[in-house]
Amino acid sequence: MAPRALAIGRGWPGRLAALCVAGFLLAPLGAVLWRAGGAGWPGAADWAAVRFTLVQAVLSAAISAALAVPVARALARRRFRLRGAYVALMGAPFILPVIVAVMGLVVVFGRGGWINDLLGLAGLGPVSIYGLHGVVLAHVFFNLPLAVRLILQGWQEIPGERFRLAAQLGAGPAEIRRLLEWPMLRRVLPGVCAVIFAICLTSFAVALTLGGGPRSTTVELAIYQAFRFEFDLGRAAMLSVIQFAMVTLAGLAALRLSRGEGFGTGFDRVVPRWDARGRWLRLADGAWLVVTGVFLLGPLAAVAWRGLPGLDAMPASVWTAARASLAVALGATGVTMGLTLAMALARRGWVELIGLAPLAASPLVLGSGLFLLLNPVANPASLALAVTMAVNVVMALPFALRIVGPAVAGVEADYGRLADSLAMRGAARLRWLVLPRIRRPLGFAAGLTAALSMGDLGVIALFADPERATLPLTIFRLIGAYRMEAAAGASLLLLALSFGLFALFDHGGRWRADT
Amino acid sequence: MRHLAIATGLLFATQAAAQDPVLTIYTYDSFNTEWGPGPVVEAAFEKECGCDLKFVTAGDGAALLSRIRLEGARTEADVVLGLDTALIAQAAETGLFAPSGVEAGYNLPITWRDETFVPFDWGYFAFVGLKDGPKPGSFEDLAAGDATVVIQDPRSSTPGLGLLMWVKEAYGDRAEQVWEGLADNIVTVTPGWSEAYGLFLEGEADLVLSYTTSPAYHLIAEEDDTKIALPFEEGHYLQVEVAGMLAGTDQPELARDFLQFITTDAFQSAIPETNWMYPAVTPDGGLPEGFDTLVQVDKPLLTAPEAAAGIRDAALEEWRRALSQ
Repeated sequence: MAPRALAIGRGWPGRLAALCVAGFLLAPLGAVLWRAGGAGWPGAADWAAVRFTLVQAVLSAAISAALAVPVARALARRRFRLRGAYVALMGAPFILPVIVAVMGLVVVFGRGGWINDLLGLAGLGPVSIYGLHGVVLAHVFFNLPLAVRLILQGWQEIPGERFRLAAQLGAGPAEIRRLLEWPMLRRVLPGVCAVIFAICLTSFAVALTLGGGPRSTTVELAIYQAFRFEFDLGRAAMLSVIQFAMVTLAGLAALRLSRGEGFGTGFDRVVPRWDARGRWLRLADGAWLVVTGVFLLGPLAAVAWRGLPGLDAMPASVWTAARASLAVALGATGVTMGLTLAMALARRGWVELIGLAPLAASPLVLGSGLFLLLNPVANPASLALAVTMAVNVVMALPFALRIVGPAVAGVEADYGRLADSLAMRGAARLRWLVLPRIRRPLGFAAGLTAALSMGDLGVIALFADPERATLPLTIFRLIGAYRMEAAAGASLLLLALSFGLFALFDHGGRWRADT
Repeated sequence: MRHLAIATGLLFATQAAAQDPVLTIYTYDSFNTEWGPGPVVEAAFEKECGCDLKFVTAGDGAALLSRIRLEGARTEADVVLGLDTALIAQAAETGLFAPSGVEAGYNLPITWRDETFVPFDWGYFAFVGLKDGPKPGSFEDLAAGDATVVIQDPRSSTPGLGLLMWVKEAYGDRAEQVWEGLADNIVTVTPGWSEAYGLFLEGEADLVLSYTTSPAYHLIAEEDDTKIALPFEEGHYLQVEVAGMLAGTDQPELARDFLQFITTDAFQSAIPETNWMYPAVTPDGGLPEGFDTLVQVDKPLLTAPEAAAGIRDAALEEWRRALSQ
C-alpha cells in the first residue's frame, strides 16, 4: 500500500517531529565526535562485545515473541474475571528500574531464591541464574509483557465479523489459525521483534549482573570502558554508531517483513468468539495464562515483600524525589503523546525508522553529548529535570509509536476514503474519526510512557542536581549508602507510583472502549 | 506591615548572599546526600570562610574526572573533591590542576608526597562476609576453597579496578593464574558496587568485594555484628580519596583555604560515620567506637600512580582472558 498523503495537514507535523527526534539523537553524537576530534576504531574485545550483544538480543527477542503468541491468543479468546487486571499486569515488569527488577529476579531465581528453595525441598541441586540464560531470562521477564500487549492488540484489530463468518462456515481453530491469525501475526510479529531486539541491544546492567562475567560484555559496557577507563571519546562514539546501525537494520528488516494487507473494515464492534470451545484448548490457554502470571508476578511480589518493612525507614527526601519524578513523568507523557500522534499520522517508513532509533542511543554518549552542547550556554544542574524529561520523551517514543502507529494506520485504511469524501480533515478528522478509534492503544501508550518516565535513570548522571533528584536516583543513592532497607521501601513506592500511573492511563483508554 | 518587613529581610539576606564569593566544588554523588558528609562540611566551612560553598555532583570518582575533562579549562569548578589514587595520574596529566600548597600531619598508611592533591580519607578494599560463613585468608585460599564471591567490573567500577590492581600488585606475573583459580568462585561480575553488595545481602554469594570499613556501618548504624571483613595474607589494596584545586579557578585563595580546611577536625570528624572511610588526619576525639573492631592491615599495597596506567591495561587483559574461559 503506497503511503497516502493525509488530509490532516498532509502529515508535515509528523515529519517535523521525526526530524526533531533525529536531531536530538544525532547532535549529541556529533558533539562527542567533534570533541574527540574524530572516530576511534573498535578493538578486538569490542567486536566480541558486539557479537555477544547481537546473540543475546536476538535470543531475547525471539523467545519473548514466541512465548507471547500463545499468551496473547489465550487473552484474546477467553473472558474471565480479573482479565482486566491481568492485562494491566502486563505493563508492570517492563516499567521497573533495572536494579530493582534484577533484585526481584534474584530473590526468585537466584542461588538462594524461592525456586532453588523449592528444588531443594524436592531434593534437586541448585540452578544458577548467572550466564547467557540468566540474561535472556531477565530480558524475557522485561519484554514478554510488552510483546503480549502488542500482539493482543493485533488480535483485537481483526474485525469480529471475520470470526463470525468463520464460525458460520464451520471453521475450526486450525482454519482460523491459518486464515485469520497467521496473517495477522505475520504483520505484527516483525515489529514486535524489532522493538525487543532494540531494547535488549543497549542492555547494560542486566546483561553484566546476570551474565556472570566478562564473557557477557555488551556494547554499552564497551562504551563505558572507552569513556571511563580510557577517556577515548572517539571510540565511544563509534560504538554508539554501531548500535544505531544494528537497530536501523533491524527496523528496516521489520518494515520489509511486516508488509501485508490488513483485514479491512468491519462494523467496528467486538464480537464474541465461537471457536476454541474445546476442553483441551481451554486447558492449554489456562495453563499459559497461569504460568506467565506466576513468572511475572513472582519477582514483583518479591520487590513488594522486601519493600514493606522499609517503607517507614525512608528519609523525607524520598517524597521530594517522588514528586519530582511524578512531575517529570506527567510532562513527558503529554509531550510524547503529541509527538506520537503526529508521527503516527505522517505514516512514512523513514518516520517509523526514526521512531525506533532512540532505543539504540547509548545513554552515556547521549548524556555526554547533551552535556557538551548545553554546558557552554547554561548550568547543567539547573536543566536536570528538563533534560530528564526530554530524554524520557525520546526514549518512550519508540514504544508509543509501536503501539499507536498500527492503530492509526488501520483507521486510515478503513475509514480514510470515507472521511476524504466527506472532506473531513484537520482537527475534526482527528477528533471524530481517529481519536475515538485509537483510545485503547493511546491509553496504553500514555500509561507506558508515564511509567517509563518514572523509572528512567539513564542520562541524568551528568546533570544531577543535588537538591532535585528523581526517585530512581534516590534509590541508587540509598543503596550506595548501605541503606538497603530504605532503598527497598523506595523501590516499592516507585513500583506503586509507576504502576498506578500506568494503570490509570491504560484503564482510561480501555474504559468503555468497546464501542 | 509584617509582610513588608519579611520582604525587606529577605532582600537583605539575598543581597548578602549575592555579595559572598561562591566556591564551587565538584564531588561524587554520594558525598553530598543528606546522610553524606556534604551538608556537615558545607555548614562548617561557610561558618569560617564568609563565602557560599556550592556542591555540584557527578556520578562517582571516574565520572567526576570525565566531567572535568569534558569541560576542560572552561570548567566552573574551583575544587574537585573525590578523585582517588587510581585516577590521580590521569587527572594530573590533564594539566587542569594546580599545586595545593597544603601540608599536614596525615595519618595515612603511606607517606604522602603528592603536591597537587590533598588526601581527605582512605580505606582498604577487602572481601566482606558473614561471621559464621567461610573465611579464606588469602586469594589462593579463596581459589582453592568453594566460597562464592561477587565482584565488580574494573571497567565500570572503582572497587572493581581496586581488586584488579590488588591481585596484580600482590602476584605480579602470576596474577593471571590467580584469576584462573578464582574463576569458579566468582558468581558474577556486576557493573557497580551497589549491585554487588545488594546481591551479597540477598545471600547470592558468601563474600563480596567491598571495604574493610563496611562492617562498621552495619555495626554502628544497624547494630548488626554479623558482617565481617576478611584479613588477607597478601595485604590489602589501599584507596586514598583526594581533592585538588583547578588551575583556572577564579577563587584561588578560597580554594586553597578549603583544601587546608579538609585537613582540620571540622572536616575530618565528619568522615568516619558519613562516608564510612578512615579520616586522612585522625581527629582529636579519635575514631568512633566500633572502628576499633575493624580488620587491622599491616601490609598496605598501592601501585605508584605514575606506573598504574601502564600496568592497568595489561592487568585488564589478563583478567578478561582468565574469566572469559
